[in-house]
Amino acid sequence: MSIQDTISNEIATNDVVLFMKGTPQFPMCGFSGQVVQILDYLGVPYKGINVLENDQIRQGIKDFSNWPTIPQLYVKGEFVGGCDIVREMFQAGELQTHLTEKGVPVKAAAKA
Amino acid sequence: MAMDARDIERLIKEALPDATVEIRDLAGDGDHYAATVVSSAFRGRTRVQQHQMVYAALKGNMGGVLHALALTTSAPQD
Repeated sequence: MSIQDTISNEIATNDVVLFMKGTPQFPMCGFSGQVVQILDYLGVPYKGINVLENDQIRQGIKDFSNWPTIPQLYVKGEFVGGCDIVREMFQAGELQTHLTEKGVPVKAAAKA
Repeated sequence: MAMDARDIERLIKEALPDATVEIRDLAGDGDHYAATVVSSAFRGRTRVQQHQMVYAALKGNMGGVLHALALTTSAPQD
């Protein structure tokens, strides 16, 4: 399986996937940590993929989305954005709406 | 590695000539910036597309020599 197939498979089989530096328990970068905090606050179940453990995925995910940075959030197979966009959407309440519309349960609907 | 704020602004304006670009050096280390970019070229584009346009303007420097650029993009208000 090519690395692009591996990535496609991850985002096809998991509703919410976060490609990040470190793990949800131990983020290794402030930007990844911010997205983890937002997802945890919303109580959204997600799979964190640590790109620091795999150089092929680290480069592959950038090629996959034509997006040069980590973290990258995917919901139902679709690229939502990096840290700035996720934070902006969260603060505007759009992230909660987006997740709900995609059929992903969100615990906290309130704004931060 | 670092990148000068003026170089960032120049690259963005080369690609988006009408853009208003405001850059802040967050840490004073020439490596962590926040940029606000307003351009009519963003009209009708999603946030992901808007950011991709800025990244394209930076010609591969983003994620490379430029580690951190917090981006806010929008189209001008009418």
